[in-house]
Amino acid sequence: MKRRETISVKVLAVVCMSFFLIVGMWGCGDSGKVSELQGKIAELEKQLATKDQPAPAAATAGSTLNAVRTKGFIQAGVNGDLFGFGKPDEKGVWRGLDVDTARAIAAAVFGDADKVRYTPLTAKTRFTALQSGEIDVLTRNCTQTLSRDTALGLDFAQVNYYDGQGFLIPKKLGVKSAKELDGASVCVLPGTTTELNVADFFRANGMQMKPVVIENTAELAKAFFAGRCDCLTSDASQLAGIRAVASNPKDYIILPEIISKEPLAPAVRHGDNQWKDIVSYSVWALIAAEEMGITSQNVDAMRTSSDPKIKRFLGASPGNGKALGLSENWAYNIVKQVGNYGEIFARNVGVDTPLGIERGLNALWTNGGLMYAPPFK
Amino acid sequence: MHDAPPSRKVPFLNDPANRSIIYQTGVLLMVGVLSYYLISNTLANLDRQNIATGLGFLQKEASFEIGESPIRYSAADTYARALAVGVLNTLIVSFIGIALTVILGTLIGVARLSGNWLVSRIAAIYIEVFQDIPVLLQLFFWYAFFYEALPGPRQAVNPLSGVFLSNRGLVFAIPVYHPAYAGMGLALLIGGVAVLLLKRWAHKRQDRTGQTFPVLPVCLAVVAGLPVLTWWLAGAPTQMNVPVLKGFNFQGGLNISPEFSALLLGLVLYTAAFVAEVVRAGIQSVSRGQTEAAMAIGLKPGQILNLVILPQALRVIIPPLTSQMLNLTKNSSLAVAIGYPDFVSVAGTTINQTGQAIEGVALIMIVYLCFSLATSAFMNWYNKKMALVER
Repeated sequence: MKRRETISVKVLAVVCMSFFLIVGMWGCGDSGKVSELQGKIAELEKQLATKDQPAPAAATAGSTLNAVRTKGFIQAGVNGDLFGFGKPDEKGVWRGLDVDTARAIAAAVFGDADKVRYTPLTAKTRFTALQSGEIDVLTRNCTQTLSRDTALGLDFAQVNYYDGQGFLIPKKLGVKSAKELDGASVCVLPGTTTELNVADFFRANGMQMKPVVIENTAELAKAFFAGRCDCLTSDASQLAGIRAVASNPKDYIILPEIISKEPLAPAVRHGDNQWKDIVSYSVWALIAAEEMGITSQNVDAMRTSSDPKIKRFLGASPGNGKALGLSENWAYNIVKQVGNYGEIFARNVGVDTPLGIERGLNALWTNGGLMYAPPFK
Repeated sequence: MHDAPPSRKVPFLNDPANRSIIYQTGVLLMVGVLSYYLISNTLANLDRQNIATGLGFLQKEASFEIGESPIRYSAADTYARALAVGVLNTLIVSFIGIALTVILGTLIGVARLSGNWLVSRIAAIYIEVFQDIPVLLQLFFWYAFFYEALPGPRQAVNPLSGVFLSNRGLVFAIPVYHPAYAGMGLALLIGGVAVLLLKRWAHKRQDRTGQTFPVLPVCLAVVAGLPVLTWWLAGAPTQMNVPVLKGFNFQGGLNISPEFSALLLGLVLYTAAFVAEVVRAGIQSVSRGQTEAAMAIGLKPGQILNLVILPQALRVIIPPLTSQMLNLTKNSSLAVAIGYPDFVSVAGTTINQTGQAIEGVALIMIVYLCFSLATSAFMNWYNKKMALVER
């Protein structure tokens, strides 16, 4: 009897441990949200039963905006380690094109661009963070693709940077074109479309490659500069950033071939159309402001402009704000506090920064680029 | 007075056996209900968010390359095959790592007990240094060492003909495939079986007659001789696949990459420090009197170690050694940090490309669980075999 009892105590202990383990494993992330989610499910089921809607939606319209308003800030997923796009400066202040995009959304929602908190995410963790509701918007140099838009349960808002994948290579190798890279060792950052694009490019051209896939950007760059790989592949904007930190940036060139289309866009959860509209129009507001020649310097003067387009845009003639569920001067706040797209580009990645990137595809459509905003009416 | 029967009826709920059954059933039910709730809730949420579920992605084209693979793999193969490459890569580094760790750990453990002051001090310093530095840091160090210290492929060091050492790894010539090599493998297998039989026979003979048989030289001759004989009989093929520098890298031959070398070196040096302590503890657990008694009956030092000390020390050594082996296998997942395409690295890419994190992470957990259970099962079997047999 005694022996049996000790055995049963042991069994009990093991069962309890596995119980806590399972709870711990499933619980991390959204333990507190289970009941909330359950409530939402019940609510949704009710809606489905009454309205007979076909597809269930991830987030009900307006739920993100309400949640954001309640907590008083926007939780934005950013890169955290990419100079020019999302990285804290030496004082710990977040800087970058993606950071400014998130700030523009905060300015639109709260009238205060500083009401953003940042979650640095790796390429691998970013979608899970958004899906699980840990962040409200993902502004992390993230490429819009069909499978991400569908199978991942995401929605992409307006593109804030048109990028493309290229190759960075030491000048001394004397390579002039990516078509000469047969047999090369290629340093690749994992968990991105980069791995797929580079494999496609080499396959399409009947060439062999040996990838070296290192998780961390800084570690990858170190291995590349030490000569572990013949070339490094990533989005051209990232290549410029990596080259900028080389001991001698002039020893490296970016090959002319751009082997992929990388429209980098902010992403939101699928289904909350109102929140997606707000994110999209925040980006478009940046572009529209540049189109209309409104800058953070002259926005106050422009407010008294007699041009009906500008009046509508800045909220002097009301309507736009109400339609989006925001205050009427949302676009004014964006331009006043963050600037227009041209200002953001010049400040973070433009030719006068260490990255030295030309506007190229990211110029306004009137200057031969792709940046084009719909009418604000 | 006390004439009540000895098997007095205990109330049902007060019977410890019944109680424990009730408690255990209760806890099991709770676990079951909770897992059902969590799993169904997760599935409902995934469905609601339009996230694909299931393992259907395994049959899709992977479309990404893997740096090194023991089997033929290209981007046109499926995710299942890509993951298999990852599993094999993890197995290779774990297997070789465990073998080297046991050898090195034993050597250092014995050195730690050496009567020679310098040798035992050096072993002690080794153990302290490698035990105390986090293994990830050691991996970064060795990886950086390989790519910083070695020259590029065009200036590769060429110590022997057909052997090149550069920051792309160690490349050396290997024989071109010939049917003779399959025969040699078979010969080696036959030799191994023959050696086992020979050993058993020699043992029996010694029990019967007291005469020893020179097993070791004969074994070596059989194991080495048979394959060589096969090779010679098959026409002695000597054609080699010699690596040549073509374009950016060496083509042909066998390449041991810096990522693999750094991972192996880091894991072996780190784990060996722990194994050394395990071995030292095991040997010290055998009392000095045993050695003295063995010397008194005239055994040679080698026999003392083999017949008296090791059989007793191994009983103490094996259980903690098993856990060190498991540690090495699990630590091999740090490969992602230095670019060796192990299972976690390949599964990570798969997760990102398919977006199916739950399935991917579940696969990772299952694979490591299988590795660990297999290692434990083998070591438990060995432990039982080594356990003190009371006659």
